[in-house]
Amino acid sequence: MAAHRCVSSALLVFVCVLSVFTVARSQETTPPGGHGAPATDGPQTVTETTGQTAGQPAAEERRWEATEVKEATPDESAAEEQEAPAADTAAPSAGPRPKDDFQEELVIRPLHSGDIYASFQFRTLWETDFTRENKVSHYRLFPKSLGQVISKFSVRELHISFTQGYWRTMQWGQPYQPSPPGAELWVWFQDSVTDVDETWKELTNVLSGIFCASLNFIDSTNTVQPSASFKPLGIVNVTDHRFLRYATLPREIVCTENLTPWKKLLPCGSKAGLAVLMKSEKLFHSSFHSQAVHIRPVSPTSWELRQTLNVVFDLHTSGQGKREWSLFKMFSRTLTEACPLASSSKIYVDVTDNPQGEQFELSPATPLLSQEVVLGDRRTFSVYDLTQQITFGTVRSLNLLIRWKSSEGDMLRPLLHGERYVAGYGLQTGEIHTLMYNYHPYRSFPVLLLDSVPWYLRLYIHTLTVTSKGKDNKPSYIHYQPSKDRLRPHLLEMLVQLPPNSVTEVTVQFERALLKWTEYTPDPNHGFYVGSSVISSLVPSIVAMDTNITQERPLFSSFFPCKEESSYFVRVYTEPLLVNLPTPDFSMPYNVICLTCTVVAVGYGSLYNLLTRSFQIEEPSPGLAKRLANIIRRMRGVPPL
Amino acid sequence: MLILMTLFSSCLFVSSSNIEDNVGNFFSSGHTNNWAVLVCTSRFWFNYRHVANTLSVYRSVKRLGIPDSHIVLMLADDMACNHRNPKPATVFSHKNMELNVYGDDVEVDYRGYEVTVENFLRVLTGRLPPSTPRSKRLLSDDRSNILIYLTGHGGNGFLKFQDSEEISNVELADAFQQMWQKRRYNELLFIIDTCQGASMYERFYSPNLMALASSQVGEDSLSHQPDLAIGVHLMDRYTFYLLEFLEDIHPASKTNMNDLFKVCPKSHCVSTPGHRTDLFLRDPGSVLVTDFFGSVRKVEITMETINLTSPIMQTEEKSAAYGDLQKETYSFSDQLPVSEIIHQKPKQKDWHPPDGFILGLWTLILLVFFKTYGMKHLKHIF
Repeated sequence: MAAHRCVSSALLVFVCVLSVFTVARSQETTPPGGHGAPATDGPQTVTETTGQTAGQPAAEERRWEATEVKEATPDESAAEEQEAPAADTAAPSAGPRPKDDFQEELVIRPLHSGDIYASFQFRTLWETDFTRENKVSHYRLFPKSLGQVISKFSVRELHISFTQGYWRTMQWGQPYQPSPPGAELWVWFQDSVTDVDETWKELTNVLSGIFCASLNFIDSTNTVQPSASFKPLGIVNVTDHRFLRYATLPREIVCTENLTPWKKLLPCGSKAGLAVLMKSEKLFHSSFHSQAVHIRPVSPTSWELRQTLNVVFDLHTSGQGKREWSLFKMFSRTLTEACPLASSSKIYVDVTDNPQGEQFELSPATPLLSQEVVLGDRRTFSVYDLTQQITFGTVRSLNLLIRWKSSEGDMLRPLLHGERYVAGYGLQTGEIHTLMYNYHPYRSFPVLLLDSVPWYLRLYIHTLTVTSKGKDNKPSYIHYQPSKDRLRPHLLEMLVQLPPNSVTEVTVQFERALLKWTEYTPDPNHGFYVGSSVISSLVPSIVAMDTNITQERPLFSSFFPCKEESSYFVRVYTEPLLVNLPTPDFSMPYNVICLTCTVVAVGYGSLYNLLTRSFQIEEPSPGLAKRLANIIRRMRGVPPL
Repeated sequence: MLILMTLFSSCLFVSSSNIEDNVGNFFSSGHTNNWAVLVCTSRFWFNYRHVANTLSVYRSVKRLGIPDSHIVLMLADDMACNHRNPKPATVFSHKNMELNVYGDDVEVDYRGYEVTVENFLRVLTGRLPPSTPRSKRLLSDDRSNILIYLTGHGGNGFLKFQDSEEISNVELADAFQQMWQKRRYNELLFIIDTCQGASMYERFYSPNLMALASSQVGEDSLSHQPDLAIGVHLMDRYTFYLLEFLEDIHPASKTNMNDLFKVCPKSHCVSTPGHRTDLFLRDPGSVLVTDFFGSVRKVEITMETINLTSPIMQTEEKSAAYGDLQKETYSFSDQLPVSEIIHQKPKQKDWHPPDGFILGLWTLILLVFFKTYGMKHLKHIF
């Protein structure tokens, strides 16, 4: 009887506990359900129901996750991203849901010299709030290392590129993203930064750790603050050039140790998608290799991270004289799948010069064709969509093959080209010549030339001349900041109008400085590098450019924002210069010390001895008998013999 | 009765083996993490072999478990992407290009001009400027086993860095003493592959140091073999045989230091490798090679559930501020606003006093002069 009562009381207690638990559970499930409803619109009723059914496991997950993670498929996330502007205005109290988006593209452009130009573009969109600073951020597709760098150093825009080789504009045309040889870094800071130089120094050190490059050599002797070039590429409401810093390291080497951390920033790494093609043994065996990271805000609530890799493969060094390119020949890999985290994964092949297939043959054939306006011209592209399984065919792998049939046809000459060289002889003085070519037959356009020369080349600005077609061409804007020895480099910015079909030559004389012996590099006879000049210009375009920024465009055509239809923005980099400074012979100090010490010891020492030595006459030592006699005489107190 | 006896004897046996295990644990290392500092100090293409030496040790150390975050790799010059390299992005250790020690996943922390004596000593002692990133620091503690490998050109008592400066054995010994006083290592293995390498460890005086060198004082370390396609010598002999020895080691192997000392006898190396163990507290025979070249992984599997801390409260976003942001106009900026640039306000010029002021000032001065000294001077001037 008592046992029965015990059992019943235990049962009662158990039922009470269970009811408490269920009540608590239901309380926890209502908030996610409540968040789900106002944030999603009509077509997302599916997600709403899944949200509610996933409420119970979500409630437990909320114990150690600050933000809700929706297990959305890539299509859904893209759909959510498009609905985002509408949804945000409708429900500002929506929970902080990360709506990251990742797109990848590969553009292949066959060049007229037989080489081939491949450009990888990866874009990650990160939805975050600018005002949110100290809260726990949830990183899904955007790499955490870069996100922390942006928030810690109050960076608004960051552009960094590592390049090996020089882009030959006359043979290859214009690149989709230009970059100078070596490393280049330019950063726009937020208005809230108080000491820009200090933040710049810390930022370069942190980036040198992330990218395994010696960016810590960027200091005040190679940093400049341009006053008109390098306007921000992202959205902005006011531009104050006090928050801009630009530096370049022309000597920086690019190798696998820079590619490895770059690949690790991608959401799929190098395991899936287009990034499997990035094998360093093939990428660095090329005429030109450039990898870059661009971070900029594209809307008040989202950041864009673009990672681009441009590579030009040489026909002759890759073996086989046949003029034929395939993915396997270029990258020693073929593609088997798209990155599962990507909302779009496409390959574009430029077939503008091949409308009927008479110049080269592209296989496997693809029905998708698209026309894009890029670099002032309307180009036709064959598109391979890697998110469709049909692209891979029956063999489950995609190996594009481009086989040439005829080698006629010439390239459209690029409208703007720049060159630079050092003239003069000897190790005392010299002259820097910068040439800018305008190949347009009847239109002239303005260019902004930015020159940053290190302090050990002392420029004589009174000898600066700008001539076009033999006549003097006065620039409409000149900004010159003289250098300070060991503190600041020279900065020269000029806005020059280039007359049509002409060559404009900018010359300035300089004198070489003598460095202190500790300032020489371990290999000073190699020479000292002067960074490339930057020529920014609005070049008239052949077709009307698309100024609609909200339209969906492929990544390679939407890098520079377009404000007007008749011209497009282009940036051309000249060659870096290599100048020899008067270099001492570093093997000499040891020899000089030995020689000097010997000369001093022998020459001066003997002279000193001659002058200061006193000579005394010494008696020869007497015989034994005399010595004994002397001893006895000494004892007696009598002077010796 | 018999059963009891057998039970009792088996108990004793088990407990004795337990005691043996405990005794064994008492003599084992007791370190909790592993670090490696691998330095190549030579520049120029003909010193390809020094970079290949360092990279082959890097490769073995990574293979045996030390992660990149615990390796500080310093290469003084770039051989892989050097323009003279016929196969870019590769560094080979065996001729006929059999083994690429550079690989596809390499992180070099200090490269090029950054490899200096000062940076090397700062890494060892931990006295780096505050803005140095984590990957460039040696964040070891008093339970760390550190492997230090140096290679390059050296002489009696010094090692040459980048053809422009040297580090002496006294400096190195003092750096290790600083590390000991700051409790930055538990045990340290120092390997050096240069000419007259034994002179570099002669001056050590800190405890728990073991050192290996490829040649004695007065002897030169020789290189192994050239590759005719690349055109330079690929590896040094000592490191070549060390790499061969390490290729047979796997993370669980029990090879000890005495086997490491026997690597590269005089018949292979031509020089006599040396070692120094008098400062080391444990017997080298009980020290495993993986104590320095591999990494410790202590894994505990548990079946019980663990309750984590209370949930993180998510603070609500201010919708008002959000709305404000959208009201401000944001747009992409013009990349080359020509008219804006031309009419950009010129910089503040230095203030010059107006012209009339200077004229008036001189008139005043003249007047005062003539007033004080009289008008008779005026005719001398005019």
